[in-house]
Amino acid sequence: MRKVIKNVSHLVLPLSVLTLLVIINLIKGADYFYITMVNGALYGNIPNILFGASELVILSIGMTLVTAASRGQDISIGETATITSAVFVLYVLQAQEVTLLTIVIGFLLSCVAGLLLGAFNGTLVSVFKVQPMVASLILFTGGRSIAFMIDGKLSPILANDLSNKIGTVIPGVPIQTPIILTVLFIVFVAVVFKTTTLRLYVESVGINPNAARLNGINPKKIIFITFLIMGFCSAVAGFIAVNKAGRHDSVNLLKLIMMDAILAVAIGGNSLGGGKFSISGSIIGAYTIEMLNRTLLRLEIDPAMIKVFKAVFIIILMVVASPVVRLYISRTMDKIRAWRSAAGRAPIPTTRAAGKKEQ
Amino acid sequence: MLSETLLEMTDISKSFPGVKALDGVDFKLRKGEIHALMGENGAGKSTLIKVITGVYEKDAGLITLQGESIHFKTPEEAQNKGIGTVYQEIMLCPNLTVAENMFIGRSHTALVNWKQMNEKAAQLLASLGIPASPTQELSSCSIAVQQMIAIARAVDMDCKILILDEPTSSLDEDEVHKLFALMRQLKGRGVGIIFITHFLQQVYEISDRITVLRNGKLVGEYETSALSQFELIAKMLGNELEDISKLKKHEPVASDSTTPVFECIGLSSSKGVRPFNFTIQKGEVNGFAGLLGSGRSESVRAIFAADKVTGGEVKIHGKRVKIKTPLQAIQHGIGYLPEDRKDDGLIADLSVRDNIILTLQVMKGFFKPLSLKQAQAFAQEYIQKLNIKTPTPNTPIRSLSGGNQQKVILARWLLTHPEYLILDEPTRGIDVGTKVEIQKLVLKLASEGMSLTFISSEIDEMLRTCSHLIVMKDRQIVAQLKGTELTENDVMNVIAQGGKNTCAK
Repeated sequence: MRKVIKNVSHLVLPLSVLTLLVIINLIKGADYFYITMVNGALYGNIPNILFGASELVILSIGMTLVTAASRGQDISIGETATITSAVFVLYVLQAQEVTLLTIVIGFLLSCVAGLLLGAFNGTLVSVFKVQPMVASLILFTGGRSIAFMIDGKLSPILANDLSNKIGTVIPGVPIQTPIILTVLFIVFVAVVFKTTTLRLYVESVGINPNAARLNGINPKKIIFITFLIMGFCSAVAGFIAVNKAGRHDSVNLLKLIMMDAILAVAIGGNSLGGGKFSISGSIIGAYTIEMLNRTLLRLEIDPAMIKVFKAVFIIILMVVASPVVRLYISRTMDKIRAWRSAAGRAPIPTTRAAGKKEQ
Repeated sequence: MLSETLLEMTDISKSFPGVKALDGVDFKLRKGEIHALMGENGAGKSTLIKVITGVYEKDAGLITLQGESIHFKTPEEAQNKGIGTVYQEIMLCPNLTVAENMFIGRSHTALVNWKQMNEKAAQLLASLGIPASPTQELSSCSIAVQQMIAIARAVDMDCKILILDEPTSSLDEDEVHKLFALMRQLKGRGVGIIFITHFLQQVYEISDRITVLRNGKLVGEYETSALSQFELIAKMLGNELEDISKLKKHEPVASDSTTPVFECIGLSSSKGVRPFNFTIQKGEVNGFAGLLGSGRSESVRAIFAADKVTGGEVKIHGKRVKIKTPLQAIQHGIGYLPEDRKDDGLIADLSVRDNIILTLQVMKGFFKPLSLKQAQAFAQEYIQKLNIKTPTPNTPIRSLSGGNQQKVILARWLLTHPEYLILDEPTRGIDVGTKVEIQKLVLKLASEGMSLTFISSEIDEMLRTCSHLIVMKDRQIVAQLKGTELTENDVMNVIAQGGKNTCAK
């Protein structure tokens, strides 16, 4: 049991936030968590949260890696996803008949585009040592215009049966397709971590690039790879987002999602200064953000004010999780423990002392 | 007047986790004297300075300033009491003017009287003979003048003590003389100057007294005129650790005619090592000797390709190979324990286990990760073998003591089973017990057939372990010393001699 607690200690922050949100919703009424079957598919708030957070979860995985290795953030992920999904839409729409093969090829093409864009950011950061945020500012600024050009200055509609199934639900399958795709993606990432040394390399580079280099790791290569992975994650997220929406709106698709992705990384207990990281923390963080958004809606907060409440919530969260408060808490805990063990060893005088204090 | 004591420190001690940085050190600074503080790396010079200036708090001891007991908690307090410090790196703002740099942060009002400030700066610059104008941008001054301005800033307020921590390391000879002229002038005004440098010549040129520290302990205080350069080196390098003088050196069985394990011809690097030749036989332990900055670390870094290699060829077992990156060096069976443990060795936040398996994992490759079980087994094995004191293999390495951290890095390299292992100052800044363990380990590894290069600031450590010493001076090899009967005196003579040669130039 102790071992389990130790292994999840880095998840304390995201899990406690999630628990807090669950409690708030329970107070508001337990019906929130009811899951019903409608037309053979699961329906309810939990499936909705899982459905809504799909893209964010995938993006926050990439963001975690970029943050860990490069000690900075990629702010162009929403724009990258918009471009890659434009490529996907372009390919699908030119096809005579949309088959599964069309979708797969379109998806693969969009992945290639994602890798290219990731390589662009990665080259700037690893070779030219540009700050990640500044490097990705380029695509952040110009990305949507590029997507708009690919779309032929329109916002094309994806009106085919397959896209609809990918974006919502396949008849006969009780779980919405984006949720399944997200789970598959998480499994894929888990397999990558199991079969490669990616974690050790990324953490080493993020903590001490000098030492990593002297031990045979090429920090430039590792940082570049994390941006490639980020590009791939963006392509997958873009693919899901555009199929969900049913049309490619290059102005609003995944707009400002990098803010939530960075937040998910932070809620996940990861340092935005790089180094050790927890993917599971970021995933929980992403779901937490989606739940927070929906909880605020449910609390019937004026939509115009929602962002203020979200900001206040995040401020409280970050202060509670800050090293200063953590140190204070751990010191207090040590004091309590010391007091307790003292009480255990010599029960009589301590009880007296405690009694005095109470008086 | 000369005998009046300014600063007196008695029985100062300061410990860091695992190391006793200062152990009962006494230090005395008189009015109007230039006092050189000498010692090799890790001797405790900078700790002593930091205790004086309030960066560190002493664990024990007494400090008096002009008879008054003091206890600074912050550098600011020390400054207000008239203790100015100038560090090796110039800590000024290059884009501000000279006057701004001299007075920035000094006034307690929000508004600045620019005219008055510039006038005051001009006066001070003139009185100290510094060739700079107050309104000139700092970056337009030479490094030496910038250094002088830093001093001017420090002595501006009623300064009694001036601490100069390696101020000359980036100056050329001419600039050094200008700086010395300024120092003499301040000395004439009765300022007590503490001067730290690695250049022995400069010590003899300017200082009145010398205090030597070694391993956190006071060796003694001497009149400069009464201490020869040779004696000074001997006192700095010391002859501690008598208890392991019985260690038996291993003589390599191979003769010079066999193919060396590693050989380089005309190797040079971007860090300015002059092209050098070097060979090492199987089972041989050799060492690079020389004072700090002589190029001993730069040479081994060139061998490992830690710095960019700019020329020369490398042979392993007589076969020419290309080593341009650390990874290639590792793959050719070379290991390198870096001099700077914190910056180049540790992955501080990772566990002891991950730190041990890191290089082995890199050798195995990206797609062949060790299982947690394997990694744990390797970590356990080496924790036991090297007697590493850690609560668990999962503990982050940064919470270990210096000596244990060093053993973890050593374990990292031993796990890769290198043919040739370079240890650059493996014993620096760690406790005596671990120092002895590491030396024993070096001899054991050599007897098992590994070739090693062992570098240490303490010559006796090298004499105990190395059968061949390469003496460096000014980034080139000046002598090769071989033979079992080498004594510390021989080595020091060569180092000192090398020093004289340079003087003659």
